Amino acid sequence: MTSDQTFVVIGAGQAGGWAAKTLRDEGFEGRVVIVGDENFAPHERPPLSKDVLLGDAEKESCLLWPPGTLEDANIEMRLGASVSAIDPDGHTLTLAGGETIPWHKLMIATGGRARSLDVDGVELDGVYTLRTIEDAEAIRTRLTEGAKVLVIGAGWIGLEVAAAARKRGASATVIELAGRVCARALTQAMSDWVHALHHRNGVDIRLNTAFDHFAGDGKLQKAVLADGSEIECDIAVIGIGLIPNTEIAEAAGLDVDNGIVVDECGQTSHPDIFAAGDVTNHPNPLLGRRVRLESWENAQNQAINAAKAMLGTRIPYAEIPWFWSDQYDANIQMMGLPEKWDQTVIRGDRDSGEFIEFYLKDGEMQGAAAINNARDLRFTRRMITSGKKFDAAALADPDVKLQKLMKD
Amino acid sequence: MSDVTFHAVATTDQLDEDEAMQVIVDGKEVSIINLGGEFYAMDDICSHAYASMSDGYIEGDCIECPLHGAQFNIKTGKAETPPASVDLATYEVKIEGDNILVGLPNA
Repeated sequence: MTSDQTFVVIGAGQAGGWAAKTLRDEGFEGRVVIVGDENFAPHERPPLSKDVLLGDAEKESCLLWPPGTLEDANIEMRLGASVSAIDPDGHTLTLAGGETIPWHKLMIATGGRARSLDVDGVELDGVYTLRTIEDAEAIRTRLTEGAKVLVIGAGWIGLEVAAAARKRGASATVIELAGRVCARALTQAMSDWVHALHHRNGVDIRLNTAFDHFAGDGKLQKAVLADGSEIECDIAVIGIGLIPNTEIAEAAGLDVDNGIVVDECGQTSHPDIFAAGDVTNHPNPLLGRRVRLESWENAQNQAINAAKAMLGTRIPYAEIPWFWSDQYDANIQMMGLPEKWDQTVIRGDRDSGEFIEFYLKDGEMQGAAAINNARDLRFTRRMITSGKKFDAAALADPDVKLQKLMKD
Repeated sequence: MSDVTFHAVATTDQLDEDEAMQVIVDGKEVSIINLGGEFYAMDDICSHAYASMSDGYIEGDCIECPLHGAQFNIKTGKAETPPASVDLATYEVKIEGDNILVGLPNA
């Protein structure tokens, strides 16, 4: 029935790659085309601010599958091609070069782009944002021994860049407008721990600090802060968040509201157009609210789910959000997106650098954040969905195994 | 000479039900898993990324990688869910008294 149909996926990141591969894995025999504006086969991005930036891994390590996998699955790849318009009623899309591709069903997995700053000097050589493989490779070549690195924004990307800079022998200064690092994602105590980690590693973190502009003569030489003071730097990385790439969806008349609005199966306001990954505003039944996630796992699993829906198998996508970061020797993981809790329980020893914070409301698990304790964090996913009430004293006792608490 | 050499790696009282632990056998990381009272052994390093499966979560017949959530069948080593697509090797397990023995193929 569907063997004469064409399904097109826009975007060759984590979500786009998994969407296309899932169509084949689920037996779709029609034409599958991936259109990606980067000149690189479907890939994931977490290593770009970690191992690739450190020079510990090549960009090829970001590929979702070994070379040839998608070709063998007869998936056509149009890389280095950007989509300029979608015609939902005509069931076509137009590439920037003018070529038109017809489709029966469409997946939009356009992700997002790094937010930049509209300030003087942003065009200077040495000022970067970090989102793509090209960004990571360019920054890596500049993170040399003795280089002076400035990071604007103490979020995950900024802190990972600072960690990479220090590991490569560069100095690192981080400026942040808020009063603590990763303020949106972490509790005060966790922020303090991460801040201390960077302090120990020689990073100069300046909180409550407003940036004004860059200055230099062709090449970046310094950053000027709002109070007029200056920071000398050879390179600067702006890490102030992501803008979802919703423009072509919006122009096509799809519902867009902080992301492309989709249902629990990734279907947009047009029945033949789906979307997945960082670009979507989607309902999370487990959280009871809509979210737009910038998450590796969500990009993979929402895309798999939405691709199945394209083929007619509608299974509501429901997953507790999970995130991680690697900085120096610390693996930082977060489970859930807790909004309200009345009790924080710490298990493990903060000073040893291996512990987890649980966030409970009326004894029920709302979320958790862990340093170097992936094992316990993984359990909390089930603890959150179990609806059970947990005893704080037992949670705090490292000798009490979490799986035992789940069984009690 | 047999194709497999058994190595004593742990004792049964070290591992409660639905728990896993890493052991090093001949320099190789192996995960020993107690699944409902039966003991199994498989490669401990996830086939997708560098993570110890024995730190993972056991659910049903599967163990889930603590790093990215890929699930492997404990009995067969089969990669059941993304992002892993390569199976993990499994090894024969014998219980002698309280000792857990793992059979590794002879080189």
